[in-house]
Amino acid sequence: MIYLDNSATTLPDDSVLASFTEVNRRFFANPASLHLAGKEAELLLERSREQIKSILGVSEGEVIFTSGGTEANNLAVIGFAHAYRSRGNHIITTSIEHPSVLRSMEYLETQGFEVDYLQVNAQGVISIEELKSKLRQETILVSIMHVNNEIGAIQPIAECARMIKGQSRAVFHSDAVQSFGKLPIMLTGDGPDALTISAHKIHGLKGSGILAMRKGIIPQAINFGGGQEKELRSGTVSVADAVAMAKAMRLHVVNQERENFRAWRNRFMTVVEQYEDVRILARDSAAPHILSLAFPKIKGEVAVNYFQENGITVSTSSACSSKSVKTSHVIEAIGVPEKYKNGVIRISFGQNNSEQHVSELERVFKGFMELLGRGKQ
Amino acid sequence: MEWNELLIRYGELSLKGRNRNTFVRKLRNNIKEALRDLKTVVIKPERDRMFLIAEDQQDMKEAIARLPYIFGIQSFSPVAKCEASLDAIKEKALEVIGADETEGKTFKVEIRRTDKSFPLVTGELQQEIGGHVLRHFPELIVKMKKPDILLHVEIREEGAFLTAKVYEGAGGMPVGSNGHSMLMLSGGIDSPVAGYLMMKRGVSIDAIHFASPPFTSELAKKKVMDLAEKLSTFGAAVRLHIIPFTEIQQMIVTQVPDNVSMTTTRRLMLQIADKVRQEEGALAIVTGESLGQVASQTLESLTAINAVTETPILRPLIAADKLEIIQIAQKIGTYDISIQPYEDCCTIFSPSNPKTKPRLEKVVYYESFSDFAPLVEEAVKNRETVQLPLQQEDAFEDLL
Repeated sequence: MIYLDNSATTLPDDSVLASFTEVNRRFFANPASLHLAGKEAELLLERSREQIKSILGVSEGEVIFTSGGTEANNLAVIGFAHAYRSRGNHIITTSIEHPSVLRSMEYLETQGFEVDYLQVNAQGVISIEELKSKLRQETILVSIMHVNNEIGAIQPIAECARMIKGQSRAVFHSDAVQSFGKLPIMLTGDGPDALTISAHKIHGLKGSGILAMRKGIIPQAINFGGGQEKELRSGTVSVADAVAMAKAMRLHVVNQERENFRAWRNRFMTVVEQYEDVRILARDSAAPHILSLAFPKIKGEVAVNYFQENGITVSTSSACSSKSVKTSHVIEAIGVPEKYKNGVIRISFGQNNSEQHVSELERVFKGFMELLGRGKQ
Repeated sequence: MEWNELLIRYGELSLKGRNRNTFVRKLRNNIKEALRDLKTVVIKPERDRMFLIAEDQQDMKEAIARLPYIFGIQSFSPVAKCEASLDAIKEKALEVIGADETEGKTFKVEIRRTDKSFPLVTGELQQEIGGHVLRHFPELIVKMKKPDILLHVEIREEGAFLTAKVYEGAGGMPVGSNGHSMLMLSGGIDSPVAGYLMMKRGVSIDAIHFASPPFTSELAKKKVMDLAEKLSTFGAAVRLHIIPFTEIQQMIVTQVPDNVSMTTTRRLMLQIADKVRQEEGALAIVTGESLGQVASQTLESLTAINAVTETPILRPLIAADKLEIIQIAQKIGTYDISIQPYEDCCTIFSPSNPKTKPRLEKVVYYESFSDFAPLVEEAVKNRETVQLPLQQEDAFEDLL
C-alpha cells in the first residue's frame, strides 16, 4: 500500500516512538511533583520546550503543550480574543480556515465579537488589499492559516504580518499545522506572533500539539484546573508527548521548501494536464506536498475507491469533512464549478514516499482516466 | 542572513590605561570559556575592539545569543563581508539593512576607507550606497544625527565590511579582572543577585552553601547548584562549596538560648566561610544582606555577626529595596530558581522570636559555654566542592 494521505496524518518516525516509550518508562513522574523524579520529568519537559522555542526562533517567547492542533487553535482564537478584549472586539480570519478556527470564531460571535471573513481567489489565496481594508483600530486578532489543509493554498504570511503590524495592534496567529516541515515558518521577523503546530502531521504522535507565541503575547486560559503550563493549559502535562513533539520538530524542520515534494508534485501535474477536464485546485499557489484534483460529474469517493483498489491511499478533501455529504467550505470558497464540486480528491506526500510511488500514482491515475473513457488532450 | 564575524566593543575597560592588556586578555578568555562548545569560533582581539569569527552559522547564532551576558562588552555588531567593489557593497547593504525592522526607522551611511586605492571617495560612496538602500527601503528616513540604523561600511584591502545592527552588551568589567571573592549563597532571592553584581564589577567568585541533611533535601542542594550554574553563565566558572552544617546546628539548638541562636548561627557560618575563603585564596566575602530586611540584617545584628572576622565583607545590596532586588533576579534568571519551595538550613531551626538588636557581649557570653571550634574545623574539612557548569553527560540528548 502506497500511503499518499499525509495531510490527514503521517506514519510516526521510529525514533520518535522510541523516545515516547522510553520517556514513559524512565521519566513517568508528574512534572509538577516536588520530589526528585518529578523534578527530572520537569527538567526534561522544559528541555523539550526550549528545543521547540529555539527551532521557532523565540528564545524568550512561550510554548504551550496541548492535545493537538484543534485545541491549540481554540486556545489561540478564543484565548487571545478574551485576553485583548479591552482593546476592541474586532477579529479577522479567512473563509477557508480549519473548522477548529471557524467554529471558535462562530462561538466568539455569540459572545459579542465581530468577525470578518476574508474571501479567497480561485487559487485559494486572500488579498492583502482586502486585509488592509478590514483592519481597524479595534481589531485585536487576525488568524490566517499558512497552508490550507484541503487544497494546499499558501497564504502570504510575511506580507500579512507586515500589514497587520503596520496598521493595527492586533495579534497575528497562524495555523501552521499543514506547513511546518514543508515550508519555513518561524516566529521571527516577518513571521506571525503565534503559531499552531500538530505533532502527527510531522511524523509525530496524535494527541499532541503546541501553541507557540512571541514574548509578551499571552492568551486567556480556556480550560480550568491545576494551572499547569503557566496557568494556560490545566491538566497533567504528558512529558513523553512533549519530548516526542520536540523531536519530531527537530527532525522535520526545514529552512526552505521541501524540494523533493515539489518535484513530485510538478511531475505528477504534467501527467494530469495531459487529460482534458481534470482540474488542479490551487495549481500555482499550493504547498509542495499537497495536490488537490477535481473530476467532473463523479464523486471523489469513486476515485478514492479506485485508487484504493490499486494500492494507493488518497482521500477526498480533508479527513475531517470527508465523511460529510455537504460540499466543503473551501471548495465553495474558491468557486469550483458545480459539476466538479463533488469530485475532489487530495494527494499528499510525506517522508516515507519515493520517486517510485509517484510513478505508481501516475500509472493508476492513467488507468482511472481510461476507465472513465477520457482521452488525452 | 549569513554573518562573517562579530565586532565586539569594549566597555569601561577601554578607559583603563595600563591594565588594558590584562583586561582584554581576561575578556577574551571569558568569551572563549562561555563559547567553549562552539567549535568553529575564533576570537581575534585588537586594541580597541575584538573580532569573533565563526565558520558555522549555527555557532554564530548561538554566539549572538550568549554575548549579551558576558561582562566587559559594551556592545557588538554582526559584520557581513563582501568583495570591495561598488556593486557587491550595494547588494550586501540591502541584505544587511533587510535583516532587521525598517518601518519608521531613521538611517545614515558611514564610510571608512582604509584602502585609499578604492576608486570612489567617501562622499560619492555615501551617495551611491545610501541612494541604493533608499530606493529599496523607501520607508527609511535619512537622519545625520543619532540615526536608528547606522550602516557602517569599512573598505579594507581584503574586502568590504558592513555592519548595521548594534546589540547591547552587559557592560561592567570582565569577570576576574578585579580579584576573587567568596559568595555566601543561601538559595534565596538576594544572594545570587549580590554575586551577579560583584561579577559585573569584575570579581570572580567561589560560592559557599550550608546544608543540613537530613533536614534539608537533595533538592535544596540541587537548587543552589542551579543558582551557581546560572551565575557561571556570566563569564566565568563558579566553584561551589557545600558545608555539612547539621551537627553545628544541633549543637546551637541545644546549647544557645533561642533568641540569640540565629545570631550565633550566622557567626559560625561567617567563620566557616572565612576559613574556606582563606584556603581558596579569595580576598573578600560577599553577602546578599539588605539592611532591615530580616532580624539578622539590622545594623545591630550585622555588627554582632561581623565581629568574628576582619575580612572585608561586601554587601552590594545593603541599600537596595526588595523590589529592586527581585527585578534584577528576574532579569538574570535566578528568580524562578530561588522561589522553588525547598527548606534551607536557615528556615528549619528558625526561632519564633529572634532578637533584632542582639548585643555582642551577650552573644559571646552565651557561646562561651560550648566549644564550636572542632566542629567548625571539621565542617570546613568535610566540605563538598563542585565546579559549575557541571560537565556531565546529557541524559536527555538521545531522547530529544
